[in-house]
Amino acid sequence: MPWETVIGLEIHVQLATESKIFSGAGTRFGSAPNSQACAIDLAMPGTLPVLNRQAVDYALMFGLAIDADLPETSVFERKNYFYPDLPKGYQTTQLEKPIVGAGNIPINLPDGTLKNVRIHHAHLEEDAGKSLHEGSFNAAYSGIDLNRAGTPLIEIVTEPDLSNATEAVVFAKKLHGIVTSLGICDGHMAEGSMRFDVNISVRPRGSETLGTRTETKNLNSFKFMEEAIALEVNRQIDVLEDGGVITQETRLYNGDTKVARSMRSKEEANDYRYFPCPDLLPVTITKAHLQKLRLSLPELPDARAERLQQQFGIAAQEAEIFAYNPALSDYFEVAAKACNDALLAAHWTTGEVVRRLKTASLELHDSPVSAAQLSTLLKRVGDQTISGKIAKQVFEAMWLGEGDADQIISERGFKQVSDSSALEKIVGEVLAKNPEMVRDYVGTEESRRKKKLGGFMGQIMQASRGQANPQQVNRILVEKLNEAIHSASG
Amino acid sequence: MHDMSIAELALGLRAKTFSSRELTEHFLARIGRFNPDLNALITVTGESALVSADAADKQLKNGLAHDLCGIPLLHKDIFCTRGTRTSCASKMLHNFIPPYDATVVENLAQTGMVMLGKTNMDEFAMGSSNETSFYGAVKNPWDTAKVPGGSSGGSAAAVAARLSPAATATDTGGSIRQPAALCGVSGIKPTYGRVSRWGMIAFASSLDQGGPIAKTAQDCALLLGAMAGFDSRDSTSVDRPVPNYHASLNDSIQGLKIGIPREYFSSGLDGRVAKAVQDSLTILRELGAELVDISLPNSHLSVPAYYVIAPAEASANLARFDGVRYGYRCENPKDLEDLYCRSRSEGFGEEVKRRILIGTYCLSAGYYDAYYRKAQQARALIRQDFTQAFDKVDVVMGPTCPTPAFRFGAKGDDPVAMYLEDIYTIATNLAGLPGMSIPCGLVDGTPVGLQLIGNYFAEAQMLNVAHQLQQVTPWHALQPEGLI
Repeated sequence: MPWETVIGLEIHVQLATESKIFSGAGTRFGSAPNSQACAIDLAMPGTLPVLNRQAVDYALMFGLAIDADLPETSVFERKNYFYPDLPKGYQTTQLEKPIVGAGNIPINLPDGTLKNVRIHHAHLEEDAGKSLHEGSFNAAYSGIDLNRAGTPLIEIVTEPDLSNATEAVVFAKKLHGIVTSLGICDGHMAEGSMRFDVNISVRPRGSETLGTRTETKNLNSFKFMEEAIALEVNRQIDVLEDGGVITQETRLYNGDTKVARSMRSKEEANDYRYFPCPDLLPVTITKAHLQKLRLSLPELPDARAERLQQQFGIAAQEAEIFAYNPALSDYFEVAAKACNDALLAAHWTTGEVVRRLKTASLELHDSPVSAAQLSTLLKRVGDQTISGKIAKQVFEAMWLGEGDADQIISERGFKQVSDSSALEKIVGEVLAKNPEMVRDYVGTEESRRKKKLGGFMGQIMQASRGQANPQQVNRILVEKLNEAIHSASG
Repeated sequence: MHDMSIAELALGLRAKTFSSRELTEHFLARIGRFNPDLNALITVTGESALVSADAADKQLKNGLAHDLCGIPLLHKDIFCTRGTRTSCASKMLHNFIPPYDATVVENLAQTGMVMLGKTNMDEFAMGSSNETSFYGAVKNPWDTAKVPGGSSGGSAAAVAARLSPAATATDTGGSIRQPAALCGVSGIKPTYGRVSRWGMIAFASSLDQGGPIAKTAQDCALLLGAMAGFDSRDSTSVDRPVPNYHASLNDSIQGLKIGIPREYFSSGLDGRVAKAVQDSLTILRELGAELVDISLPNSHLSVPAYYVIAPAEASANLARFDGVRYGYRCENPKDLEDLYCRSRSEGFGEEVKRRILIGTYCLSAGYYDAYYRKAQQARALIRQDFTQAFDKVDVVMGPTCPTPAFRFGAKGDDPVAMYLEDIYTIATNLAGLPGMSIPCGLVDGTPVGLQLIGNYFAEAQMLNVAHQLQQVTPWHALQPEGLI
């Protein structure tokens, strides 16, 4: 039986505020345990929450970016459950009246079609802390780190509009691009700044009713999300084809072992006893405030892609890569302007830079080669001091911290040979060594001779150890071969 | 000295009739003498009190001191005091020493008032007789076989027994007014949002409000002026200037319209209490006030609505007491669930557990609409009753509680009978209105109270009316015998 997959996502996005959503404690990632927590985060008796204005504005900016309904009033509620990393015994979140209502995020699918993904709503809430099971404490105990407790989150909930892992990843990347473009999230997936919960069900193709869904929680990379979806879809189909039924449950996927397991079934789910938080007043948003935020919105992915194509003349595919990665886009723009060759800068940024970052598992802000440094390298390619091939070697050296482009080029004698007499000598030697090839060239019909140049070029570049200026070599070679044609006919 | 009002004490300090140290030593001596029997204080902070008193004396000498500088004070043990154990009268917080002061504590310390200690109360402010305290019940100084009321029973009894000229208190459903009535002292619960809740351990956040208990309305005016004010640490605090409550105490009450809700004089009200209240109303009429018969038709919804909303909020507010970060933790927990279950079972008393269970039940899936949502609808109706009443009258008056102080154990087996103690006081908390109780007579040798309910932020007017009445009545000046 052909099956159809239905996917909806819930995405937790950590907001990049200086302080927590309800306290003045800091939010720096990687700090010593409990150094980013105050009496409010510890839920000491008598302490009270005060809402972080910046967190509200960030949530509203997201709402504006996806053209969502933004209700005048939103309400915080308490979600009650006991857990050691939840100091108050409840999470302050939103349920009935979220800050961001329904919106839309269109995505470009690989086959070129445009698909709209409906956003059900997005709400503000606080993150929980972390339980530590090893550390500098008695091994008989578990530790609790409340640094993350109270970090502001928006939870974005989609409608079940996605039909496979690829669409889900395309959507997730676009969402990542939107929140990082807005500057409301640092986008550091590995640090948990964006976490995906995936709701998956399958049904016979053409069926109107939804199948029973499972939720796979806390996926913090696009790759894990893709793997987890594929795994779960196959599992559900296998179960159904074997005549079984899908149990509504929460599942966990382990990206290292590539195995998923059931965490809890619906029966074990908590009754969270939501009710409006009496310590916080309803949040009222004025039209004037929204208008102010709207005017302050930074450039969003779709607009950026369009601008980059127009301003720099780069290809749509490259523009799209930049659109979803504003940091990379900024890097490109700096390099492009500094080296005055946008196409070359785009080619290098999306190629070499991205490739090296990926292999080294680095974020762009950790790149050993800055945009300015890249631009000097690209200038040397542009002014034909070095060839593209040599440039890759120079880049490699720059990446390893061996100096800037000019330094490396001069120290290693990478400077391209553009001295005509030296090049003429090399070309002459290669032609002299290959009389058969020259005869063949001369004997070939004029329109097809161009194809034969490659063989000579290869040998010439080899003879110059890659340092010959290819354009110049080409010119000299053609000249000399023309001479051979003339002498043959004359 | 202990018979003097705060205003008189302030004059005495300035005239150097006595120093703050002498005053402090005098009240500490009374605490030492009478508290072992009354049990009004959980903690006495004698040493730090003397240090504060000396500092106050220095300030007074410099001549720039606040009116309240050097006056002794007790804090209800629900207000966090930095470095001093704050127990909420619970085993759960028997070992809890806060690293911060409540805003109320901070505000009053800034005036130079001298904290003598922390007062006993019903556990987590849940009770109307002070019998739920982990530290044992407070006795009513007028009759030690009877309850002082609750939950601020320690504060009311301490002021009645002249162990301190002033005490802070909190009121979620009557916890300032009912014990003030039963102990023959004056107490005011201000408008919700008038006094900061920061550092005041929450029972029911949407109802809790701090206020003072003292001998007279005038003393309450001085204290409330220093306690109140906007606090950015409490989101429900109202950003509105605090009037000079003392300045308007002597305004004329000629033409004042007093609403008398007929629902507050129906069955269940002790006839002798009714008579005492009526007598005060008659005096007020003689002072020029007009008595207007009004109706608060949804009064009967107050107690049921309150006993859904307050426990619901409490069930969440008290979830933080889990034995993990501070407070009581059971011995040798075998796993996390055991740690939670036993720490909470052993750390909380019966009444607290009862209310957590009620609240949890009311918020549960399938019951929320029937209980919590309905209760909120009732709350809106109750608020509307008052809004309509205040279109016609300036202040509403009636009894503070239906009966005088009762004997220990009299209502111990019947939680609902106990809950009805607050039948006249709860509505103001649900509506967020200010309420006050002042003594208006003795029944069987123990005091009964007159309740004043004002419009939002009309504390100045209520204090004015109460003060005018106290100018011509003796009740606030009476004190229990045997405590000389």
